[in-house]
Amino acid sequence: MNMWLWILLVAAVAYATKLLGYLVPAKVLANPRMSRVAGTLTIGLLASLTVVNAAAAGTGVVIDARLGALVAAAIALWFKAPFLVVVLAGAAAAAGLRLLGWA
Amino acid sequence: MKLRDSPAAKIGASIAIATGLYGVSFGALSAASGMTFWQTMVLSLLLFSGGSQFAFIGVVAAGGTGLAAMSASALLGIRNGVYGMQLNALLRPTGWRRFAAAHVTIDESTATATGQSDPDEQKRGFWVAGVGVFILWNIMTAVGAAIGDALGDPKQWGLDGAAVAAFLGLLWPRIKALQPAAIAIVCAVVTLLVVPFVPPGVPILVAALVAALIGWFRRDTAPDHAPGHIGDGLEPDVDPYQRPAHSHQAGTTREEETP
Repeated sequence: MNMWLWILLVAAVAYATKLLGYLVPAKVLANPRMSRVAGTLTIGLLASLTVVNAAAAGTGVVIDARLGALVAAAIALWFKAPFLVVVLAGAAAAAGLRLLGWA
Repeated sequence: MKLRDSPAAKIGASIAIATGLYGVSFGALSAASGMTFWQTMVLSLLLFSGGSQFAFIGVVAAGGTGLAAMSASALLGIRNGVYGMQLNALLRPTGWRRFAAAHVTIDESTATATGQSDPDEQKRGFWVAGVGVFILWNIMTAVGAAIGDALGDPKQWGLDGAAVAAFLGLLWPRIKALQPAAIAIVCAVVTLLVVPFVPPGVPILVAALVAALIGWFRRDTAPDHAPGHIGDGLEPDVDPYQRPAHSHQAGTTREEETP
């Protein structure tokens, strides 16, 4: 299917999700299980996205310059660097390692 | 009170600037993942939720289908629905404001509003942060998309490494205790284990399922907590009050007042 369709569809779903929060009765608010699932989902998805982008190549798991980017980002985060600095550290590490021939 | 005198509005504005600036990284990475300029812009204008936007292009960049990208992105957006419930209880927006409030319901506006105790300040903080991030995020997305298109080969500039760093940067602030750390590690390991066996993009959804099951079956450690404040990933990933609050309180003793 066309990428544009998915983009418009996800935008609609995301807005509906936000709006639902304003429209559902407050009773649902008292359900802690839902909040818990939303919380663990967020962590699980971000962790999964991190490793997929760091180590997956199609259906293979590879070690390449992106692992260096992961390490560089972790170091930057450890020292409480702002988000943009973290991203730049990741880019610099990956580009630098490739420049050294470690692709 | 005028908006310029409001502490919440000031904090909202500073968080809007800090967050808006990194829209540049979304724009560049979106371009590197193969999105056109306008596809990138529509993601920022209409999807408008940093994590969900990064998730969508992250799955596409990993070779996943549009369906997998949409699913990961939509699942990551569920927390915005929970924020919406909290904010609705706090701000009680009516009429058209409710629909506008929903669109700017994101980590930053939620964190700014919930950090205030006065209802008027909560409103000011929410709207200044929400609308401020929206404007700056979209401007910087456009800048980033233009840069990304001009860079040429994304790998040469390490943009794939930048994406890895971005996801870790989004995850990091949510790992404040042992349990979220354990969930993150379990999901990371599950992802790596299933990568060879399913199409690209699907491992992320498998990890999401595992995470949801953990959340569903886990025993509640603090039954009386307010939803969204349970320290396991459902707090907004920004804390706008960390530094400003510190400098306000310490203003008289710690900070040197330069004459």
